[in-house]
Amino acid sequence: MRIRRIGIGLLAAGLAVLSTPMVAQAQDTQQPKVLRVAVTGTIATMNPFMAYHLGDTEIGRVMYAFLTSYSQQDFSPQPGLADKWTVSSDNLTWSYHIRSGMKWSDGQPITAKDVAWTFNKIMTDKTAATANGNFVANFDTVTATDDSDVQIKTKKPQATMLALDVPIVPEHVWSKVTDIGKYDNLQYPVVGSGPFTLTNFTQGQSITLKANPDYYGDKPAYDQLEFRHYDNVDAAVQGLKNGDVDVVSNLTPAQFTALQSTPNVTVVKSRQGRQNDLLINYQAQTNTHQPVGDGNPVLKDPKVRQAIAESVDIKTLVDKAYGGLAEPGSGFVPAVFSEWHWSPDASQDQKFDLTAAAKLLDEAGYPKGADGVRTDKSGKPINLRLVVDNSNSQWMSAAQFIQGWLKQIGLGVTIQALSSDAVTDAGSAGKYDLQLNAWTGNPDPDALLSVQTCGNLPDADGNGNTENFMCDSQINQLYDAQKSELDPAKRKQDVKDLQARLYSLDSSIVFAYPNALEAYRSDRWSSFGLQPTQGGSITHQNGYYGYLLAKPVASASSGGGANTGLIIGIVVVVVVVLGGGAFVLSRRRRAGADERE
Amino acid sequence: MTSPAATPALAEPSPSARSGGARYVLGKVGGAVVSLFVIVVLSFFLIRVLPGDPIRLLTRNTSLGAAQVAELRHQFGLDKPLPAQFVDYMVGLAHGDLGVSLRFGQPVSQLILRALWPTVLLVGVATLISILLGLWQGTRAGWRRGSGFDRFSTGFALTLWSAPTFWLGMILLALAGSWFPTQGILDPDTPPEFLPQALDVLHHLVLPCLTLVAVLYAQYLLVMRSSLLEEMNADYLTTARAKGLRDDLVRDRHAVPNALLPTVTLVFIQLGFVVGGAVTVETVYSWPGLGLLLYQALSDHDGTLLQGLLLVLAGAVLVMNLIGDLLLHVIDPRVRAA
Repeated sequence: MRIRRIGIGLLAAGLAVLSTPMVAQAQDTQQPKVLRVAVTGTIATMNPFMAYHLGDTEIGRVMYAFLTSYSQQDFSPQPGLADKWTVSSDNLTWSYHIRSGMKWSDGQPITAKDVAWTFNKIMTDKTAATANGNFVANFDTVTATDDSDVQIKTKKPQATMLALDVPIVPEHVWSKVTDIGKYDNLQYPVVGSGPFTLTNFTQGQSITLKANPDYYGDKPAYDQLEFRHYDNVDAAVQGLKNGDVDVVSNLTPAQFTALQSTPNVTVVKSRQGRQNDLLINYQAQTNTHQPVGDGNPVLKDPKVRQAIAESVDIKTLVDKAYGGLAEPGSGFVPAVFSEWHWSPDASQDQKFDLTAAAKLLDEAGYPKGADGVRTDKSGKPINLRLVVDNSNSQWMSAAQFIQGWLKQIGLGVTIQALSSDAVTDAGSAGKYDLQLNAWTGNPDPDALLSVQTCGNLPDADGNGNTENFMCDSQINQLYDAQKSELDPAKRKQDVKDLQARLYSLDSSIVFAYPNALEAYRSDRWSSFGLQPTQGGSITHQNGYYGYLLAKPVASASSGGGANTGLIIGIVVVVVVVLGGGAFVLSRRRRAGADERE
Repeated sequence: MTSPAATPALAEPSPSARSGGARYVLGKVGGAVVSLFVIVVLSFFLIRVLPGDPIRLLTRNTSLGAAQVAELRHQFGLDKPLPAQFVDYMVGLAHGDLGVSLRFGQPVSQLILRALWPTVLLVGVATLISILLGLWQGTRAGWRRGSGFDRFSTGFALTLWSAPTFWLGMILLALAGSWFPTQGILDPDTPPEFLPQALDVLHHLVLPCLTLVAVLYAQYLLVMRSSLLEEMNADYLTTARAKGLRDDLVRDRHAVPNALLPTVTLVFIQLGFVVGGAVTVETVYSWPGLGLLLYQALSDHDGTLLQGLLLVLAGAVLVMNLIGDLLLHVIDPRVRAA
């Protein structure tokens, strides 16, 4: 008995001695100010040549500056590494002047040679082209004429030369890399040019970045930016409530509502570059125009598609299915990109009107059967499959509204709620009649519009990036025109005409631009740099203002998590050790007693 | 039960019994190898019948054009016909190469090795506690069948066992989340010295471990309890009592060792399974182990990673089963005689 007590006493004393200095240290030293952001998606790579998913590129954006950037105000192009630029009279040669006096985070100068090296690498190395090959597809040559000037010659005039989302990397680091595809880019601190420098990346756990004192632009008002990985948003919300993280994004409407009444937490409903649309499958085909899939042939009739479009009450969807957490949809380019966004005028508008829609179907020769369901030309009842991703509660709700409206005009609808993988599968195989879908756009509309061109129709292997198998000569013409139109006003007109044409075809009926739902700790952070400034979001920007311009509350403690964590950790260890010790000793005592018996 | 004639052979194994032992071991190992091969083949084709083209799923909603998508397909060898892919896979496997993860762009073996120790730590500690707790409670519950302790501990364990793991984890997170970290295995701000790091890992371990114990220990309790009940009326217990032994000594020294045998089998089968069975717990607490990797591989549609994980997880079950069988052979004379 005495031995046990002494043992426990010694253990406890030992632990106490070991832990005291640490606790004291944790309390004494000034903790660096840290912004902790919860991320829920997979972050796979820090190699900017291989990063093409949203999470990866978002980190890349704070590590590396681009040639030009997007303004916080309204996404318009503004200087980045280049402070000014000119274009030749034939619109083929772009000359960028690189800002002088800039340094990489290791102190080496940033020059035009780094820019040229980066682009040339992407143009000559297939693997290096993985993420950003699209941007250089039309480049002829890229040369650094001297340390501060870089010249890009394009094959055809290219309108997106101020929207090259290509992280520029330091030549003195990357020229030594032999196999770009296998390089993890984790030689800390990772040499970069953005507002933050990567100092640690633990996959699936956390990413730590320190403010880069050599960054050419604004300096953050705090020392360290951390991304903490959560595998489910519910746990991230709990982390926000506990103060483990300061910012949480990608909230569900339910979480958003629940957090509204949480003390010290501010919720942000913001505009984002995302759209949701209803696809009508009437021309599923490969790039050699071989029909694929099993879309209902009745949808080839433009009158049927128009009737469907007129049966979607966008206002009700936004109010009811989205609970008001969306903007009503119209043109294909999301409304937040106001410069490129188009919405129909009174003459083009396909207003919600069930009576008119029913009349349209009557006139087109689809009579109602006895059960109220219309029949097609062969006398078969029309029943359309509506494919929905079952993980999206807003879409599930929207699908039911749409089903109800279409029923009223005499079109049967069967909702097929599938996993998102199965939806993608059905989508790329053309095996749907109707489908709810989403796209995220960029400040430059080119990439988003390209999903509506014949060039992105899938080949026999399924390679392609089409939204709804769109292949329309007028759209293709307008797309090509805007791509090479260097006059902003004319290009804008092309982009808007393209959206108008798309709208009139009733292929993709855009019904909502959902809001981004975020929340942050208002007891620690007073404001963030929203993009756009009016009603924009903190995370997932086309920039880094959300993090760069975050302002800590003057008297905020930076978490306190470390101290209490340490103390509780010690308590737990003590309990475990004591418990274990007591168990072992009691066993031994009993064994001894046994022997005596 | 062993016949009296076999008893001398147990005390001193004859040459024939020894060769029988070798045959037993060889049979078990051979069976495991065949199963492993079947798993290798199955996991390859199982991934291929999953819905969805992996490259199309990988690149959806990104700005990659058709050329880059085709290039990616080529990089991962997915443009080859299925038989050629299978040959690639088998040749790679023979060299210990599990391929490159589609999503992470890193060797699968590297990803699995990195995720292995968090899982071993979590599952190891949780299983150990579950076994101790389950056996302890099971023994006492079985020994005093129908007592208040029996009814309470069995009922409580069954309730926890039937609770959905994800839900239990979220409830624990909501209740105790303010004292424990909500994410991960290690806070990046922890000082780099060993002791703070170890303490921080332990601190992160508490909630996932507690959840896992809650859902695991009931089965040990139940098996222990029922196998003890089978021993309750055995004559040797009467003998032991007649010798004048105290009741808890009769239990601990005579009944429990005999009742432990089915539990050993269960422990080893479970050890194999829990490696993959921690998927939900690891997902709730974002614990960077094999279970979480499996979840990510599934949600990111990372076929190569999934394939490697299946192989490793199924392999773990096989190996643990094999060890269990062999161990049983050593500790239970009846298996040897059979």
